[in-house]
Amino acid sequence: MKKIIQIGWQTLKKPSAYFSLGFLVIGGFIAGIIFWGGFNTALEATNTEQFCISCHEMENNVYEELKTTIHFSNRSGVRATCPDCHVPHKWTDKIARKMQASKEVWGKIFGTINTRDKFLAHRKRLAQNEWTRLKANDSLECRNCHNFDYMDFTAQSPRASQQHSTSLASGDKTCIDCHKGIAHQLPDMKGVEGWE
Amino acid sequence: MKIIINIAKISKIAIQTLIVATLFVTNVIAENHNIATLRASTSIDTQATPSPIANVINKDIKQARNYPMQPPVIPHKTRNYEVNLNSNKCMSCHSRSRTEESQAPMVSVTHFMDRDGNFLAEISPRRYFCNQCHATQTDAKLLVENDFVDMHTLMKAKRAAKD
Repeated sequence: MKKIIQIGWQTLKKPSAYFSLGFLVIGGFIAGIIFWGGFNTALEATNTEQFCISCHEMENNVYEELKTTIHFSNRSGVRATCPDCHVPHKWTDKIARKMQASKEVWGKIFGTINTRDKFLAHRKRLAQNEWTRLKANDSLECRNCHNFDYMDFTAQSPRASQQHSTSLASGDKTCIDCHKGIAHQLPDMKGVEGWE
Repeated sequence: MKIIINIAKISKIAIQTLIVATLFVTNVIAENHNIATLRASTSIDTQATPSPIANVINKDIKQARNYPMQPPVIPHKTRNYEVNLNSNKCMSCHSRSRTEESQAPMVSVTHFMDRDGNFLAEISPRRYFCNQCHATQTDAKLLVENDFVDMHTLMKAKRAAKD
């Protein structure tokens, strides 16, 4: 094993004897484009709803629940897909989230939530993961579409405008503090702040 | 023997006339379109265009009760509110411990009572499902005029008649 690594290192250390500098530079450049393009295409392919609901765990549980909510069907026809809320838009954050998602691959392989009962048993933990994530990033995924600066309080109901102009405006509360369970059904809410 | 045959013949004729008469009467009723009030003049073999869905009133202003025991009506939208084994969205504002922050009216203390009249620490399971009694209101036009008169109006009228 040590020998193989040594041979590899010796080869990399030596200057190229057979290939021209131009070939290596241009070839490397093209290979780089192909690699990078391929990487990004693959990344984007995993960032679609089609990819998410290709697993029955997602299609039969959370996707079915989403269908009845305003984030799926509404008067203006704008809708949120899974990654809109569950994957950050910024590249570095996105990569970080994708690395975390390797645990979801683990869960898929070992069938952690492969039945409805198992899913319901894990639901609270899964929901809490998302709540803490959104609480930590000040509900960034909500704010990608719902921009506080452009909210028209006069168009909101009295109750909504009252809450948005006080707690939300002061930064005391963030979207997820009140708007839990708006896209999926809620887990057992015992012990969750504001639900006792 | 002859009498029995005659009775059989007569009853047969009687039944036949009865059937014919019933058919005639049902025909007459069917021709009268006023029977199916909600369908109005739509014939039975056509589908009427449904009227648009009415908007839920969302003004957050209390409405008076029509009679003392009426469950108060909900003055706001409750779309997608979950009330089930896991959670009760209504209680996240209307429960005793939440009303200070939410400024919503607290559920009546009668809701803490079980059917034997004992007061419990929490909402009684028989009163858990809010929307069994409490309903949102819409701006829909009344299909039938409501001529309900509450008892205060009746009592006033009675007193006025006495004087």
